[in-house]
Amino acid sequence: MSAAKKKKTKIVKTIKIDVDKCNGCRACEVICSAFHAEPRYSSDNPARSRIRVIRDPLADIYVPVFAGEYTASECAGRNTYTIDGKEYEECAFCRASCPSRDVFKEPDSDLPLKCDLCESDPTLEEPMCVQWCLADALIFEEREEEVEEEEAVDEMDVGLEALANKHGWHKVADAVARMSKKA
Amino acid sequence: MRYAETGFNLEVDLTRGSIERVPTDPRLTELHLGGLGTNAKIFWDRVPPETEPFSEENLLVFGTGILTGTPAPGCNRTVLSTISPQTRLFAYSMMGGFWAPELKHSGYDKLIVRGKSPELVYLWIQDDTVEIRDASHYRGLGTLETAELLRQELNEPHAQVASIGLAGENRVFYASVEQGRSSASRLGVGAVMGDKNLKAIAVRGSKDINIARPAEFIGLCNDALKFIKHRNANPIPGVMPILAGLGSPQEMAIHDEKWHTENFAWGNARVRRKGFWTDEIRELWTNTMETMRTRLLSCHNCPMKCGAAISVDTRLCSYMMKCFSKLTYTMGAFSNLEFGLKIAQKATEHGVDSFTAPQTMAFAIELYEAGILTDKDMPGMPTDSEGRFFWLLDRIVRREGIGDILANGTHWAAQEIGNGAEEYAHNNIKKHEQLPLKLGMLNPIYFLMYSTGEKINITQIEGNFPQAPFPTREQREAFVADWPQVPNEKLKQHFLDWELRGENSIPHYPSAEATCDIVEWQEMMHYIDDATGMCAGLSSFPLKPPFHIHNLPALISAGTGLDLDEAGLTHLTRRNRNLVRANNLRRGMTRSDEKPPADHWKKRFPELEENLMDTYYAFKGWNRDGVPTRETLHALDLDYVYEDFIERGILKEEETVGASGKASAEGSAS
Ligand code: SF4
Ligand code: SF4
Ligand code: SF4
Repeated sequence: MSAAKKKKTKIVKTIKIDVDKCNGCRACEVICSAFHAEPRYSSDNPARSRIRVIRDPLADIYVPVFAGEYTASECAGRNTYTIDGKEYEECAFCRASCPSRDVFKEPDSDLPLKCDLCESDPTLEEPMCVQWCLADALIFEEREEEVEEEEAVDEMDVGLEALANKHGWHKVADAVARMSKKA
Repeated sequence: MRYAETGFNLEVDLTRGSIERVPTDPRLTELHLGGLGTNAKIFWDRVPPETEPFSEENLLVFGTGILTGTPAPGCNRTVLSTISPQTRLFAYSMMGGFWAPELKHSGYDKLIVRGKSPELVYLWIQDDTVEIRDASHYRGLGTLETAELLRQELNEPHAQVASIGLAGENRVFYASVEQGRSSASRLGVGAVMGDKNLKAIAVRGSKDINIARPAEFIGLCNDALKFIKHRNANPIPGVMPILAGLGSPQEMAIHDEKWHTENFAWGNARVRRKGFWTDEIRELWTNTMETMRTRLLSCHNCPMKCGAAISVDTRLCSYMMKCFSKLTYTMGAFSNLEFGLKIAQKATEHGVDSFTAPQTMAFAIELYEAGILTDKDMPGMPTDSEGRFFWLLDRIVRREGIGDILANGTHWAAQEIGNGAEEYAHNNIKKHEQLPLKLGMLNPIYFLMYSTGEKINITQIEGNFPQAPFPTREQREAFVADWPQVPNEKLKQHFLDWELRGENSIPHYPSAEATCDIVEWQEMMHYIDDATGMCAGLSSFPLKPPFHIHNLPALISAGTGLDLDEAGLTHLTRRNRNLVRANNLRRGMTRSDEKPPADHWKKRFPELEENLMDTYYAFKGWNRDGVPTRETLHALDLDYVYEDFIERGILKEEETVGASGKASAEGSAS
């Protein structure tokens, strides 16, 4: 990537998460998975959700976490945070689709999942998880910000990389070659 | 493809150690939907009436509702069915929480457990992988403790666990199945689980649940959420706070307990304490709740937050509480809220029903005070009420000494103790302990609901019709003006004309006929919820709920692809209701069992009550003994029940409906 990045204004979409207001209902997981089903809403499955509530009821821990980037290897060391007397694993706040845990992955293929803020046409007024969180633990905000331009990483690149990490580039290339012959 | 349901049941035989994934007949879904409906069918087909509660032949069924696990808000119920050790009838117990959706996402509509394991075991269900595993290291542990250790053992923080405690292991007749946020407490389902030597069931699912008509279905869900927001912002005026909102009664959120503490009975369901709710008590109890309650908690996919995390030790959440268990121990022991929240933690870990357990302990203390139980029976019992309750709870869940007798509930304990103890087991219907409520004037609606409710629990039949008349006609008109939930105009009129005093007041108003309409509506709504897996808190229980007879058929149809209209759904619930009853009739239930606790009302009217029963039975299409007639059963596609009834002599061929032999509304769509 070049050092001189261009500046431009863009709308930054934020979801503010208030863990104290979360009642652990998992409505966000249900509706996210349903929204992303093909065709839309044709099924639901929290295991496919791009938001997961990290719950430890007996420790009174409820952290809604949005799926972020895919990572091929887990963190070397893991820290804990104590906040208000509650001990959280660092992973409780981490958005990565990571080999150390089974969230943010398609259950059958293990392909990584990432929150796309319910990108759709027409654009939703608010992302679905926010709409379905009646507890107001998830609040949607848009604001303008100056940012450096960056090339978006293609979704297919991420998926391919994940497959390669699981099976090796060789096998993936083989499979692609095989399948494109059939097509 | 099957929609909303998976089309498979999981059959586990603990005697043989076998596990089977069995496809279900889609025709049964059309006839009964799911949940209680299909559970009742399984019992009819597979559990003959001679079956003993504690036997290999008794089944323990964990049924999900047809909409459980779909995006429909509040559809999270597990309906547990078995033969109850306490009533010896077909038992209904139910829990919310997170377990049923997880089971369905694993690919099963029901878990059916039969047989008995030789050793204590647990079940681990993870999609297609199901194992029976050794649980000997969990023996004697609490329900939440077990769940926690199991998740660690499995390294599955997302697994949902239903488990029993000491009470279930020791087959206490009112042992519960606990599941963190929720529990199935009534009628001893935990005892049957213990008898099967099944300590826990951990489940984790990652399969899709399919929706037949997605856009329509989500549209209806979104409408419901919008309505819930509206209702949360607009409580119903003129009724006490606890009845003004949606959800299960908001016991965890609301501090004002004047109504419960002054109208419900304390101790062994006898003592009314008028004037109890002073400013001082209000302040003390509010403070207790504010300091011990750390968070309000919902069930799966529901915004209502009817439960709470309660801290009684150094942990921020020592256990989770819901509903009226907040007050049952407190009032049973004539104590305060702090005691109630503390003992409920122990009771939850041991896994007992929070209606029956405190009632039984208060019963024991009354017997002791009356000299029927003596120091010989209660060696070492503390002298203070709180200490006695802790002492008794411990004896009961271990079945030690007097605890072994009390573990069978007040009815059976009284039989065993004798010496006049029967008089003290006064708050039961069909041998099962009820809400501690003692009132003055007989209420015909409640009379029928208490007497005939097949689930033997008033909260499982009452609901959408106001519990009492509103004082002025203006208030009633305002209430009725915005009441789309009501099935027909007739019911509005019944409410409009209902007065606090005078000719149009209880016991003679509503008339027997009007009472039948009112009971029928409320009961039907519960039977819909029991089949869909919808929480009563969003449908059959509160006033003016988001889900009702005019939108549920569309929701069920869009979810399942079935073509149900109001008449069809009404007819289907009647089928389910009659099949549940048929199971009980076959086990020997008769008209003489159908009555409220003798002292529930001070003022009783034998003639009126007989007339109510006759009218209701006829209305339901039952004969004078409460047995559905041939025509009724035929109209409900239950001819096989008729044949069985004839064979067993429960029906004679020529019998007709009711006392007067009139044809009834039952079986024909209204
Ligand atoms: S919908 Fe809201 S309250 Fe419910 S689990 Fe998600 S973040 Fe928490
Ligand atoms: S914003 Fe949309 S994609 Fe992201 S977690 Fe919420 S529902 Fe899922
Ligand atoms: S209304 Fe209350 S009890 Fe019912 S599902 Fe919702 S949170 Fe659970």
